[in-house]
Parts: sequence; structure tokens; C-alpha cells
Amino acid sequence: MRYAMAVDTLRCVGCSDCVVACQTENDVPIGHCRDWIVEKTTGTYPELQLEIRSERCNHCANAPCVRTCPTEASHYAEGGIVLVEESECIGCKACITSCPYDARFIHPEGYVDKCTFCIHRVEKGQNPACVSVCPTHAMIFGDLDDPNSDISRAMATRKWKSLIPEAGTDPKVFYLI
Amino acid sequence: MIEEIITSGRMNPEIDPILHVWGWEIPFYLFLGGISAGILIFSAYFTLRGRQDELPVAVKWMPLAVPFLIGIGLIALLMDLSHVLYFWQLFTNIRWESPMSWGAWTLGIIMPLSIAWIATWIEDIFPKWEWKFDEIKTVIDWLKNYRRYMAQILILLSVILGMYTGILLSAFNARPFWNTSILGPLFLTSGLSASAALVSFFSKSEVEKRLFTRIDIILIGIELFMIVHLFMGHLAGTQVHIQAAQMFLGGAFTVPFWVFVVGLGLLLPVVLEILELKHKFIPAIVPVVLIVAGNLMLRFIVVNAGQASRWLY
Repeated sequence: MRYAMAVDTLRCVGCSDCVVACQTENDVPIGHCRDWIVEKTTGTYPELQLEIRSERCNHCANAPCVRTCPTEASHYAEGGIVLVEESECIGCKACITSCPYDARFIHPEGYVDKCTFCIHRVEKGQNPACVSVCPTHAMIFGDLDDPNSDISRAMATRKWKSLIPEAGTDPKVFYLI
Repeated sequence: MIEEIITSGRMNPEIDPILHVWGWEIPFYLFLGGISAGILIFSAYFTLRGRQDELPVAVKWMPLAVPFLIGIGLIALLMDLSHVLYFWQLFTNIRWESPMSWGAWTLGIIMPLSIAWIATWIEDIFPKWEWKFDEIKTVIDWLKNYRRYMAQILILLSVILGMYTGILLSAFNARPFWNTSILGPLFLTSGLSASAALVSFFSKSEVEKRLFTRIDIILIGIELFMIVHLFMGHLAGTQVHIQAAQMFLGGAFTVPFWVFVVGLGLLLPVVLEILELKHKFIPAIVPVVLIVAGNLMLRFIVVNAGQASRWLY
């Protein structure tokens, strides 16, 4: 089991539904977000290219946050999902500084918080909240070890990239381009 | 030229737009840790060389400050923790891959060991000292027989402590400016240099003063050499490392670093120390204040610059 997510940059319109769904589903404190929209414009007017991405924790297979955590609060759960156990987190922020994607933040209660791939929904066979609300069906979630899963098929038939793989993190969120 | 505009909807406090999760506490703690390591290394080394009576300040007096310095450092560290009531989790886990973890363990061992180390010298420092309980006196007298072993362990742990203050940062490859292994040796050398300057300031013996001034001059030389290497390494690195170095070569950190850390914190005091050795009159307080202030500033600038440097995607 290797959970992963693919975001279709050709379908994403940057509506932020995924952001709001996540905040509602996970009771994310106001003023914080576990996922967010990035718009990248390349070129000089009028020759422009636009890429819209819904970003979140990349649930890296070689996660620097898990490596630098002094208490094992940051850990790999089933299927490679990277989680923070709040009762073990001391708030030293080593994981925050070690994340090249800046995907983590300090919860107002003091522990470090981030995307969980909605593990509570995934365990019931549901999709993460962001994936299930996406109005353009731009997001695919699934198991990379299953060659017939939607995500495996999308990765096999489409061109894709991941974010700064050169940082050695082996990210598990992919962008279809 | 291709222009790129990246607009992000993320605005998490202390993360965006520029990461700033570590304020004054961490650099201050690294500074105190570095000086403590330096003091203990000199004290233990010159004990092993059998020069404790010739160099009393370095061997016997300076370690008195260590438990206080480490204590204040630990308070600063605890103040930085945002989930501080769970800090004991540090000592129910050993994570070899996490510098934060082995740093906590090293401090946890070095703190009682440094107190025991002082206890073996306390009767030399204060001749009228009397232990209140005979049991303590028996234990301390027994410990004195094992001073050599204590010194060897202290040197090992102090080198780890001094290096760790830099490695803590260089272990984060997400922050290109920190991501260079030279930070460990650089912070160790700078901690040694500050403690050598403090020894030569507090010492009343001409032999000790001159020896530690000479040691300090060599250490500052090594530090300057490592700073050059730090930038050579970054400039020969990837785009993100080049950009990280450019923050110091024309960017926001240029003046604070080259004027205050390198100019006033290293070059000026080294010139003053050389003049001192040539028997020119230099007020003793001037080089030591410059060196200690430069030491502190170096850690503040490195911690802030690291947080300001990032990968681009």
C-alpha cells in the first residue's frame, strides 16, 4: 500500500474548494491552511503560461520532517502517510524548518499540524475531503501499488512531475501536466 | 528572459511570506552551548596535559560558569517550544537521525558531568570550602581519582555539543543556506574562540593570558578560513545555494555579516590581540567584548538567513 495523490494542472481552475473542504472537514484553525492554491505565471505579456496547483504536504517517502523529529511525533502511518502525533510533539519546529514545501504550521494549541491525507476518511474507503469536493475532478487519490487504481493509470498514461524531487524527499503528490 | 510570478494562497503565521519560526531563543541557546563547549574542552584538555596549576582560570575557574550558561540556554530552549508541557518526550526517545534528539541527550549528560567536574576542583578554588555532608566529600574524593577519564569523556561530549550547535542547522536541507556541513566545525571553532578570549580576559597570570591570546588568534584565523569556504561551497553549489550565498554578497545580510561579524567580531579583535602580544597597551575588555558580541551575532545571522533561504518551485 502506497497512498499518493495526483493533481491535474490542466483541470484545476484554482477555485479553492479543496482548501475550504479541508478546513471544514479537519476543523483547521482560522487563519491557517493545510492545503492551498498556487498560481504560477511564466513568460512576458502577451506570451504567458499559467499553471494552477492545489498543494499540500507531499507525504514524502523520504520525509525530512520524520528524520529530524526528536520524539517520533512525526511518523509514517499505513500506506506511507506522514502524520504528527500531537501528544508526542514538543513544538521544537525542527520539522517545520526541515520541510522544503513549508507544508507544516504551528497549531494555536502548540503542536505542529499539517495535511493527513484525511486518513480518517481513507480508512473508511473514502477519498480525502479535498479530492471528493473538487468540482472539476482535478484530483485523484489512490494506491500506487495497485496497477489498476485510478492514480496508477493516470500516472502511466499522462505526463507528470513532482515538486522539487531534487531535494531528495521522494514526494507522493504528483502534478499531471 | 523568462519571467515567473508565483502567487500562493497560503498565509500561515510564522511560515509565510518568510519562514520565521525560530526567534531569539535558538541562536541565543546555540551561542551559550558553543561557549560552554569551548570552556569545557580547554579545561579538560589542559587537565590531561597536567597544566592545572599553571592555568588555573582555564582549568578550574571557567567551568564554574558552565552549569549556569547551559541552564540559561535550556531555559531559552524551553521558551522556544510551543508545546512545552510535552518536553519530557525528548528523553523518552532516542532518535539518531535527529540532531535535536542527540543534542538534548548530550546536554542531559554534560550538565551533571560538568557539575561533578567543578566539584572535583572546588576545594582548589575555595581553600576554605567544606562539604556539608561527609558522604558527598567521600564521593568527590573518589571522583578525583578518575579525573583523567572524566576529562576524556568531557572532551568527547563537548566536541559533540559544539559541533551539534551547527549541525542542528546543517541537517535541514530545506534551508539551502544552512545546508553545508562546515557549520558544525565553524560553530565549534567560534565557541572555542569566545571561551579562549574569556580565559585571557579573566586570567591574572601573564603566562595564561598570553597562551590563550595566542590560541584565540589561531582560532580566529581558522574561523575566517572556514567562512571563506562556506561561501565557496555555496557559490559552487546549485541555484538555491548560490541564491543563499547572494544574501551575503549584496543581499540583505551583507552589512550585518561583513561589518559586524567579520569586521568587528573577527578582524578587529585579532589585530588588537596581535598588538597585545607585541606589548602594546590595549584595554583587555575591548577584544573580548568584540569577540563575544561577534559570536552571538554570527548565530543570529545564520539562524535568520537560513530561514530566509529556500527552494524554488
